[in-house]
Amino acid sequence: MSLSARVVVQRGSLALDVGIEVADGEVLAVLGPNGAGKSTLLRVLAGLLPPDRGSVVREGAMVWDDDGTHVPAYRRALGMVFQDHLLFPHLSVIENVAFGLRTRGVHKADARTAAGAWLTRVGLDGLGGRRPGQLSGGQAQRAALARALVGDPRVLLLDEPLSALDARTRLTVRAELRRHLAEFAGSTVLVTHDPVDAMALADRVVVVEDGGVVQTGTPAEVNRHPRTDYVARLVGLSLLPGTGAGRNVRLDSGGEVAVADDAEGSVFAAVRPESVALYLTRPAGSPRNVWPATLVGATPHGATVRCELAGEVPLVADVTATAFAELGLVPGSTVWATVKASEVAVYAR
Amino acid sequence: MTRPREGTGIPAPLLIPAAVGVAFLVLPVVGLLVRTPWSDLGPLLTAPAVGEALRLSVVSATIATLLSLLMGVPLAWVLARSRIRGRALLRALVTVPLVLPPVVGGVALFLVLGRQGLIGRWLFEQFDVTIPFTTAAVVIAETFVAMPFLVISVEGALRAADARFEDAAATLGAGRWTTFRRVTLPLVAPGIGAGAVLCWARALGEFGATITFAGNYPGTTQTMPLAVYLALQEDSEAAIALSLVLLVVSLATLLLLRDRWLGRTTAPVA
Repeated sequence: MSLSARVVVQRGSLALDVGIEVADGEVLAVLGPNGAGKSTLLRVLAGLLPPDRGSVVREGAMVWDDDGTHVPAYRRALGMVFQDHLLFPHLSVIENVAFGLRTRGVHKADARTAAGAWLTRVGLDGLGGRRPGQLSGGQAQRAALARALVGDPRVLLLDEPLSALDARTRLTVRAELRRHLAEFAGSTVLVTHDPVDAMALADRVVVVEDGGVVQTGTPAEVNRHPRTDYVARLVGLSLLPGTGAGRNVRLDSGGEVAVADDAEGSVFAAVRPESVALYLTRPAGSPRNVWPATLVGATPHGATVRCELAGEVPLVADVTATAFAELGLVPGSTVWATVKASEVAVYAR
Repeated sequence: MTRPREGTGIPAPLLIPAAVGVAFLVLPVVGLLVRTPWSDLGPLLTAPAVGEALRLSVVSATIATLLSLLMGVPLAWVLARSRIRGRALLRALVTVPLVLPPVVGGVALFLVLGRQGLIGRWLFEQFDVTIPFTTAAVVIAETFVAMPFLVISVEGALRAADARFEDAAATLGAGRWTTFRRVTLPLVAPGIGAGAVLCWARALGEFGATITFAGNYPGTTQTMPLAVYLALQEDSEAAIALSLVLLVVSLATLLLLRDRWLGRTTAPVA
């Protein structure tokens, strides 16, 4: 393992206790809501914040432990990219990129050559003479990435690197970042609250909520089988915890869900919003999953309307805008929701 | 016509005291300009005593400012960035000269650095050095009174500057001293400049501590404010002419500050 850490920090209402391991060449995404302690974790890994307890090991060498090994940030040979780039406003772009080489004793001319090469690599050829304030958000974040990578660090820490960018820029910078991460030989830790970043960039995902790890896995696993409401909402699923009995799941909230596969013991049933159909009257025929529900919220979501339903089986349903209008739905409407048993994913808790 | 004109929107209970306040602040300056003996100004200002006082003032205020920078910037950094205990108390202590009557400051300096003082006695006995009533005493008195202005100004700039730039520097391999030199200092340079100008202006106008601790000897300790006060006893026209010089210097300072504060707002913020 190239980077492994156990971090315990108590700061006000935040009680962070997280362990992570990242191999060489691996990208680990730390996904979680604001205030979950993700950035605190990253600051501890960088050496910018002393943990209350814990250890940080890099390439087999201890850089922090409770017995007094405290390697400061500036001797950890790492690269870090911050949400709002933090390029030094008093230096030109190329001086910013060369900064880390200069502090490590590289000769000025050599540092500028290396910085210039990296600027070309991130597509900022010819912009080295500008001040950071004269760059667009996407250009500034590319320069910040070049500044972090130019020193050939063993560890790359990315703190919400895309969240300050507008939607279109985010797409292109994300794609470029993916390419640079694939070429990067060291370990990468990416902190984000955007599941798309985690899915697109990471080899593995650690979900952190309220200071603790609630789920780990590949992006595909986390996407398919979320284990908490937060992750389920992020990936757009309704998560229904219950107890399996054959092809039936008795939900903790009351109510029952028919499933296509045998389920036993504590399970999650997960329903995609697009597999839920809504009716004003109880539908004829006999779909096995039919529940009365009350519409409590509706938000436009592209060409569909995302409907939040309360009842024995709390669900989220996507209906087309046309259907929504034809049904004459308003908050408070009573509806019937149906889901095919084969559309319900079921997995152990 | 008793109502405030439309467009100003200032209610009378505020407008009248405000207008009186403006008059109160501006009239004395106007009076100074009106009473200035413009025709005799040349000979009055070229008198050797005037040049001597002006030179002494500028030189001692400049040295006091340099000393303040040397001690005050590190002190401001300690107050703004370090995690030492008793920082609030330390800040209160170093800003005492801001509120202390300068004459009291002069007395206090005398008690410490005078020939019978805590340090002064030792200096005199060991090195035969006497500080009071010398140009060095002028510089010390001015530094004592003016440095807190610099410290407060630089500390404010440091607090306003985003400390995460220093984090970024640390992740790029910069130790604390390198970070201070190459990141922190350039970031707060406008604040240091403004603080230095304030400090210099305060040192230039220093009167109470200087006359108490350094005395009033033409050529060695008689600065401009002292010369003005002395001239007023004998020849009011000379006093007015000298005051005019200080007024011009003050206005120049104000212009310089305004340039610092308003001219730099185009600098990118984060």
